[in-house]
Amino acid sequence: MRALGAEVRDVEKVDVLITHLHMDHIQGLPFFSPLHDPDIWVDVWGPVSSHQSLQERLNRYLSPPLFPIRIRDLESVAFHDVAPGEFHLDGIQVTADLVSHPGPTLGFRLEEGGRALTYLPDHEPALGAHDFPNDSYWTSGYALARGADVLIHDSQYTDEEYAERLGWGHSSYTHVLGFAGLCEVDRLMTFHHDPGHTDETLDEAHVRLQQAARGFEVIPGTHGAVIEV
Amino acid sequence: MAQQPLELILLRQLASHLVIPMWMMDEQGNLIYYNESAEGLLGVHFDDVGPINSEQLVGKWQVTQMDGSPLPDYDFPVVVALSKHKPAHRSLRFQGLDGVWRAVEVTALPLEGQDGRFLGVLATFWEVDD
Ligand SMILES: [Zn+2]
Ligand SMILES: [Zn+2]
Repeated sequence: MRALGAEVRDVEKVDVLITHLHMDHIQGLPFFSPLHDPDIWVDVWGPVSSHQSLQERLNRYLSPPLFPIRIRDLESVAFHDVAPGEFHLDGIQVTADLVSHPGPTLGFRLEEGGRALTYLPDHEPALGAHDFPNDSYWTSGYALARGADVLIHDSQYTDEEYAERLGWGHSSYTHVLGFAGLCEVDRLMTFHHDPGHTDETLDEAHVRLQQAARGFEVIPGTHGAVIEV
Repeated sequence: MAQQPLELILLRQLASHLVIPMWMMDEQGNLIYYNESAEGLLGVHFDDVGPINSEQLVGKWQVTQMDGSPLPDYDFPVVVALSKHKPAHRSLRFQGLDGVWRAVEVTALPLEGQDGRFLGVLATFWEVDD
């Protein structure tokens, strides 16, 4: 988020979509420099909760002693609680829906000009699915990812690792291939790699994923990658 | 609909692992799932009859009060939970599709998701002596 913030120039407004409030998804937020620039308006969108607003929940992290600055001291930011459904960001239609991951977690589908990008960074579709990956009706995330031009998806575990981490909210390589195939996406970008995997193991896994993929292209999710939808 | 809401997907997964009979309806009152234990009481495998839409569900199973007198549809616990979005409980008798009459206690719960979205009804039931 810090590197991305440094690249935001000559814009008046930025939208940040947050799928859920696990630490790995919010820790970069306070270092996103547009938040501290009164000339750039930032809209932050994240999952609704029945108890506290998004801002109240983010406040627990964005306040001393964890962080020196309080949200209320930021001048040009608004927080929006997102329930499953659709909303618009300029010309982009955003569809949000709950997906299988511990705690309320959204996935997003962004559509513009007939193109669709689906973002499911933390997702365990095999956990709640009936007859995975053959029954779209009972598969989490299907409606968001169906026919997407680009699917950015959780690809955290090898099959062996997944067997020991059932219910942790992430996908095995076999699951992400099955899910992308079921949804008939065009391109799959692997994402949310296990922090314990080295570049070497990721390279090897990527080759195997590419060979096993049927009907779609596999793109490795790498730091700073830019993708045309 | 292309896909069930996540809450129903997760609930179905849980129900399929429990041995208490469970019955699930979507927000329209369509029967979308019951588990293996419920199959034993209802007298038919879910895959042989379901899913069943709400119109076809009416009269599918013969239901009476415990004394054998008629039980109006609007007093069925699942109908109360569906129409009033409130939990409901009662005893009743019904005839399984295997032809056997059984007395059961039924508890139906409305399913409400974040942001007040009504998702459907979960009912559980168990056999009692009549
Ligand atoms: Zn997470
Ligand atoms: Zn994560």
